[in-house]
Amino acid sequence: MNIIVCIKQVPETTDVKINPETNTLIREGVKSIINPFDMYAIEEAVLLKEKFGGKTTVITMGPPQAQEALREAISLGVDEAILLSDRAFAGSDTWATSYTLASAIKKIGQYDLVICGKQASDGDTAQVGPGIAVWLNIPQVAYVKKVEDIKDNKAIVESMTEEGYDIIETPLPALFTVVKEINTPRLPSLKGMMRAKKAEIITWTKNELDVDNDKIGLKGSPTQVVKIFTPPKRAGGQIFQGETPEAVEKLVNAIKDVV
Amino acid sequence: MSIAIIIEKCTGCSLCVKACPFGAIKVVDKKAVIDFHKCNLCGACVDACKFKAILLEKKEVKKTSFDSKGVWVFAEQKKGKLQTVGFELLGKAQELAKKLGTEVAAVLLGHNMEHQAKELIARGADIVYLVDKEELANYQSEPYTEVLVKLIRKYKPEIFLCGATTIGRSLISRVAVKINAGLTADCTGLDIDLEKKILLQTRPAFGGNIMATIITPNHRPQMSTVRHKVMKELTPDKNRKGKVIKEDVEPSLLVSRTKLLDIVEEIESTVNLAEADIIVSGGRGLREPKNFSLVQDLAKTLGAAVGSSRAAVDAGWMPYSHQVGQTGRTVCPKIYFAIGISGQIQHLVGMQSSEIIVAINNDPHAPIFQVATYGIVGDLFEVVPALTKKFKEVLKK
Repeated sequence: MNIIVCIKQVPETTDVKINPETNTLIREGVKSIINPFDMYAIEEAVLLKEKFGGKTTVITMGPPQAQEALREAISLGVDEAILLSDRAFAGSDTWATSYTLASAIKKIGQYDLVICGKQASDGDTAQVGPGIAVWLNIPQVAYVKKVEDIKDNKAIVESMTEEGYDIIETPLPALFTVVKEINTPRLPSLKGMMRAKKAEIITWTKNELDVDNDKIGLKGSPTQVVKIFTPPKRAGGQIFQGETPEAVEKLVNAIKDVV
Repeated sequence: MSIAIIIEKCTGCSLCVKACPFGAIKVVDKKAVIDFHKCNLCGACVDACKFKAILLEKKEVKKTSFDSKGVWVFAEQKKGKLQTVGFELLGKAQELAKKLGTEVAAVLLGHNMEHQAKELIARGADIVYLVDKEELANYQSEPYTEVLVKLIRKYKPEIFLCGATTIGRSLISRVAVKINAGLTADCTGLDIDLEKKILLQTRPAFGGNIMATIITPNHRPQMSTVRHKVMKELTPDKNRKGKVIKEDVEPSLLVSRTKLLDIVEEIESTVNLAEADIIVSGGRGLREPKNFSLVQDLAKTLGAAVGSSRAAVDAGWMPYSHQVGQTGRTVCPKIYFAIGISGQIQHLVGMQSSEIIVAINNDPHAPIFQVATYGIVGDLFEVVPALTKKFKEVLKK
């Protein structure tokens, strides 16, 4: 079974701090990591490969330094890594990103499954995975929390909902976006780290992909960011002092009209 | 569209570096350098530069007029029950439509739903497009996408709003790609630029640490998914007039390659997190799984949903479906109780948009108190039962 995993390099949220004077994000020295949800996508791909055989390929679109994320994926057991990097891809919104990733997947050609994390922790859109499925014209299951079974070119999976989950059967090839519950990502093995160090990262620019110049990067992005601002700080909180009964009474009085 | 540093004017002061939300600017040899791989042309640096040394040229909104009109709302239903987020969106849609001088339409896909269409009119829809088919009884991504694409192509709405639910986020992403429209996820603010007649979509990014306003100038419809509980429902008016238009679709659009085998409900409490007005969440401070009963008792008294921090889920005290935070659910209830939750950034990003945050923790320095509206520093094993008791008295339960 051949599996393609799409990942994104994101700034580590724990490192993102606000400058209290200017009320802006401090991005200097912030570490880049693999989007947390993509770690589950990588792990699921490696698990499925261990069970069914085949090959796993990880792809990402980003600046040259996104290589680090790909090497980390290799250290976690992925076989091959492809970086889509071109200045022409910069400024892509989810529409253009899903188009570009789908174009790369088409170029890879042979695959049974595409796995993405549910969403990225910097943008939180959850739009790229379903978008890729449309470009590839393959069935999609979002929020997958368990792959129950794969046989006869069909998969049965559990897809998380607000109330619980749906059990869905899908023919392959298909695209899954996965949530945290699906597995526990492993740590990189020593052998994996050695392999990651030496691995060749394939880089594709727009010239290597069969893409329409009007559909990539900023030009291919229907949405435009017009303003970025820091949300107003939450008003200073009120701590109720005193013995428990007193504090509890004050709290109840403060919110009882909203309850 | 382009951005450039005017080298002669740049003093290397690095104000732009600090202002850039994407970490795309560096100062090299006392001059600012933009990394175009990271730059999003948002213009935050232009505003920050005191020397007018950054030049940003944006595409002007094309003057081409679109023949699209109307503000549409996707009326999500589950098991034949309309979801409240749709009502909230109809309220907002009415406001937007007034500013544009147009009508509000709801799109309802399902089976045996005709009586529900009237409810949508009472809630603010001027028109309800109803596609009633057995194949649409439950959400399946392919037929739902095809039917919506067909309706949008036929009627050309100007704006299309949908709840940022699990269904909405995956469905509308598909529709947007198919019809070549821009989509902004998880909006918390929507308004109209009266001059340009375009939709201003505001959404949190980086887990709510920054806000971005996004437009879709050259594509229609302008599509957004919108968070639960952010927009206000109208008071239902049974006498409101509107029309229901039943749409037929060809059977080929109703084919689904995926097959829904079963729907399993497993939320322990009766209220789901996204819909809840009040959420009571517990964390590691509860020490043992059995102590979650304190949280559950308070939740029951208040008719609230039960949430959990990641720590409590990872320890196996609560199922993942209750997890609030970056790798769990994002919620914005009227009141959020954080009980024995220290308030790591990953938890805060999932709940800091709540209207009122109440923190109960024995550590006065816990970060949760920085975002809390109200707090009690104390032993939760004493405070929470007292709180439950007091609320029972006040609410006469």
